[in-house]
Amino acid sequence: MRTGPGRGYPIFHVVDRGETVAVIMQRTEWYLVRSGSGKEGWVDRAQMELTLQPDGNPVSFDEAGLEDLTNAKWELGVLAGDFGGANIVSLYGGYSLNPNVSVELWGSQILGNFSNGWMGSVNVVHEAFPEWRVSPFFTLGAGVIHTSPKSTIIQGEDRTDQIGHVGAGFRAYATRRFLLRAEYKSYVVFTSRDENEEVEEWKVGFAFFF
Amino acid sequence: MESRFRVLFLIVAIVGLSGCAATKNLFGFGREEAPPPSAEPPGQVIDPQVERREIKEPAIDREDFEIGAYVGIMGIEDFGSNVSYGVRLAYHITEGFFVEGTVGQSEGGLTSFEVLSGGARLITDSERTLTYYNLSLGYNILPGEVFLGEGRAYNTNLYLIAGLGSTRFAGDDRFSVNVGAGYRFLLSDSVALHLDFRDHLFDIDLLGEEKTVHNLEGHLGVTVFF
Repeated sequence: MRTGPGRGYPIFHVVDRGETVAVIMQRTEWYLVRSGSGKEGWVDRAQMELTLQPDGNPVSFDEAGLEDLTNAKWELGVLAGDFGGANIVSLYGGYSLNPNVSVELWGSQILGNFSNGWMGSVNVVHEAFPEWRVSPFFTLGAGVIHTSPKSTIIQGEDRTDQIGHVGAGFRAYATRRFLLRAEYKSYVVFTSRDENEEVEEWKVGFAFFF
Repeated sequence: MESRFRVLFLIVAIVGLSGCAATKNLFGFGREEAPPPSAEPPGQVIDPQVERREIKEPAIDREDFEIGAYVGIMGIEDFGSNVSYGVRLAYHITEGFFVEGTVGQSEGGLTSFEVLSGGARLITDSERTLTYYNLSLGYNILPGEVFLGEGRAYNTNLYLIAGLGSTRFAGDDRFSVNVGAGYRFLLSDSVALHLDFRDHLFDIDLLGEEKTVHNLEGHLGVTVFF
């Protein structure tokens, strides 16, 4: 047993063979246990899996893995990157209709040199190989964008426009319930002026699934 | 008479010896007795009174989240230093990495220009409120223990942290980056004190040309794991 939940903390007590321990709580991969003699300390997952349950069966813990990602229903993530020269920070939530297709709701804040704004959109994402560790996807969506010029810019007015976008990217399983995500999206802003605007976006970030 | 006594003695001796279990086999004439037929099969003899328990992982209390509040001092470049305060929520992914979201607020004072010029104001009073949110990734680089006196030891972590977010100041939202380091002092397994230093960087063109400003913040906070 260690004094803290980490590899570096010193081992201060060894539980005898045949003694029982009570699990108090878990933090990341570490378990706080109390021995029969009342000593409390932290034990890692590998050590815990060497113990036996009262019926004599070995203890095993369910570790979230790649197959859980493939079958996970919900996903929540944060991405940041470049939106046509401006900075963008995005939050999204996704729901899987089946292992290949999911629906996502996005909210973004756009922070540019001359204007700021926000964007909301609904996406459909298709993954051809959801069981791959690095899995590519295609996405299609629509939404609205609101832009307002910065206070130091005199001319210009607030605008709210509809947008449509297509994109591609990949999701890479990282560890436990986490994944990394990178994507490119090409937006068309349907402005009220004569010409539509086209904006390119690159983003990277992480998400967790459950 | 004598032979009658002898026969009687022999009978007594035989009965006595055969009745004594210890000597039965010693003399070789004891009979092997079959065990009495048991009423139930041997497997049923021990009836378990204790219910078997299985360790189910969801029943273990997971404490990977950390929530808390902090108060400190933030220096806003050109606008002086003032009290800052905020809340933080962190999730510990592994023993090393954690992600943290913070929302904080501070107040900008008067610039030197505004003080010297008398009445001139660059921005309104409501625009002097600085509000930020940050999403950061931290790494516990130096975990350790500290000792208070002879009988007390506390776990600590020195962490490096960096992230991005948005800062609202002087009438605009600005993309901001934060870098810093902090010290987590665990009072118990579930309660921690934080001493944290951050540099909040963003671009601002309020005073003519655009420049990157460094806004240093030092704060002290309390968090609870849940």
